[in-house]
Amino acid sequence: MVDIIKINDNTYEVPIGYRPGMRVPGRIFVSSALREMVEPGTIDQVANVATLPGIVKYSMAMPDAHLGYGFPIGGVAAFREDGGIISPGGVGFDINCGVRLLRSDLEAKSVQPLINTLINALFEAVPSGLGATGRLHATDQQLTETFISGSKWAVEEGYGVEADLAHCEENGHMAGADPAQVSVKARKRGRPQLGTLGSGNHFLEIQRVEEIFDEDVARQFGLFKGQITVMIHCGSRGAGHQICTDHLEVLSKAVKKYNIEIPDKQLACAPLGSPEADRYFGGMVCAANYAWANRHIIAHWTREVFNKYFPDANLDLVYDVAHNVAKIEEHDVDGRRERLYVHRKGATRSFGPSRSEVPEAYRKVGQPVLIPGSMGTPSYVLCGNDRALEVSFGSACHGAGRVMSRSKAIKMFTGKNVQAALNRDGIVVKATSPGMLAEEAPQVYKPSGDVVDVVHNLGIATKVAKLVPLGVSKG
Amino acid sequence: MIPFEYLEHTADVKFRAWGHSPEEMLSNAASALFKTMVDPAAIQAKESWTVELEDAELEQLAYRWLSEIVFLFETESAVFSTFRVSLKKNGVWKLQGEIGGERIDLKRHAFENEVKAVTLHQFQIKKNDHWCLQAILDV
Repeated sequence: MVDIIKINDNTYEVPIGYRPGMRVPGRIFVSSALREMVEPGTIDQVANVATLPGIVKYSMAMPDAHLGYGFPIGGVAAFREDGGIISPGGVGFDINCGVRLLRSDLEAKSVQPLINTLINALFEAVPSGLGATGRLHATDQQLTETFISGSKWAVEEGYGVEADLAHCEENGHMAGADPAQVSVKARKRGRPQLGTLGSGNHFLEIQRVEEIFDEDVARQFGLFKGQITVMIHCGSRGAGHQICTDHLEVLSKAVKKYNIEIPDKQLACAPLGSPEADRYFGGMVCAANYAWANRHIIAHWTREVFNKYFPDANLDLVYDVAHNVAKIEEHDVDGRRERLYVHRKGATRSFGPSRSEVPEAYRKVGQPVLIPGSMGTPSYVLCGNDRALEVSFGSACHGAGRVMSRSKAIKMFTGKNVQAALNRDGIVVKATSPGMLAEEAPQVYKPSGDVVDVVHNLGIATKVAKLVPLGVSKG
Repeated sequence: MIPFEYLEHTADVKFRAWGHSPEEMLSNAASALFKTMVDPAAIQAKESWTVELEDAELEQLAYRWLSEIVFLFETESAVFSTFRVSLKKNGVWKLQGEIGGERIDLKRHAFENEVKAVTLHQFQIKKNDHWCLQAILDV
């Protein structure tokens, strides 16, 4: 058995030969403490990805890496347009699951007494949880427009404002959508759920900026100590899940057709340029746009709730990031500019000032990188850095990362005592299915601060602000 | 033979389901999938749904069968407790599933998880003494 090699304090290499068929080495970005928490299965998944055709440089895993399916969660890999592949195993079922951060001009001391009221009102305004259907009742035509133009469609329909668009990754609508690749089933799941939060680890949170690490960048991002922010974490709901399910079936057949050897069925894929790859990409973009529209609509309702209690308050969009997506990006590879399909599964894009994709307002410093904590633990705002282009194809972590299985969590905690413990810490929690809080207990995640420190120390994104939860609405 | 068991997995739900026949294995796999969401004792089989599928490969058919249950759960807003499967092989596999359940009532149905999708990661069917299906669910 070939051993994992320590490259530096925050980088470990999975050498070629760790498993047969690896085309490139793996790179896992963790500190020695976090290294202890990486399951052997996660390393196997990093090595599995390294066997895929056309992979460039490394199969990578971010410090929040844990066991996933196909790619590990926290997995990043880029594939050459010529000779590479695209795989739903590198994107996941919840296509464009992502995070949006709103900054208010309110200070915590004026909002704190109303947290209970606000969380209750947000819980009412934003449908969440199982079987939740939106307030929207989108028509089939509107659904098609959502798939094509995402947040742009939402703004045209009166949700949010034009200025929000520039503060979304891809301006909230990614090019290349092909609604013909969305099945009737995916439409059936997606239509009633537009404008819903979902369940599991998805949340809507009122936060306070507790600490500023970088005053200059914080000013650029419009953040200050004591400020109230709102974070929205959700994705493409049943539409995305079904689009992935449908295409996984097709791509399972494609690997046979194109003679691609894969070590795991979830890594089903097709060569870039093949009809199967084009169809998956077209469908995946539809789901990504749906997710941006979804977060846009939820942000709009959040603003309405705040304005009911604080009529003069402004909640501007800091940024909106995708953390489950495959994108076409240009990167330097061995001194040559190449077009690559960068897969980020549970990883955030982290572009620095040199990239034209970074919004005008942040071009001097880099894009905001939003790292949600788990329920009850701090979230972080970081700033993208050009260093990430050399290290990780412009990527950073996406969250805290689980360490404890759901079954263990359910044995150790009950929804009720998790809620009571959070209340004792002064955090208001409102949930549709309190039973589901047990498996999202803060203790089932790695400490978010440790994960963020690795990213900061590597220089792939640098710390700007720490946000602590005051109230959470969950599915 | 136990109908199914759950295995350790950090983020998702992994299970193995057994059967004396592929039909029984597919039925038990469906029960394993649904039990991760709601206690079947709380579900009354008041209504029924029929699923018909066809596939050249049993494994792909099984994947589609389980995915179909997730689809029905979400689009019918229903929870299920009984799964009867009949299979025929005539060149291709043909599956007919009869699913019993009722519409979601959050007062009686306490959810512990929501299954988003069935993954193909380590998905496999094996036949030794019994038929065995292993799957990981994205929750």
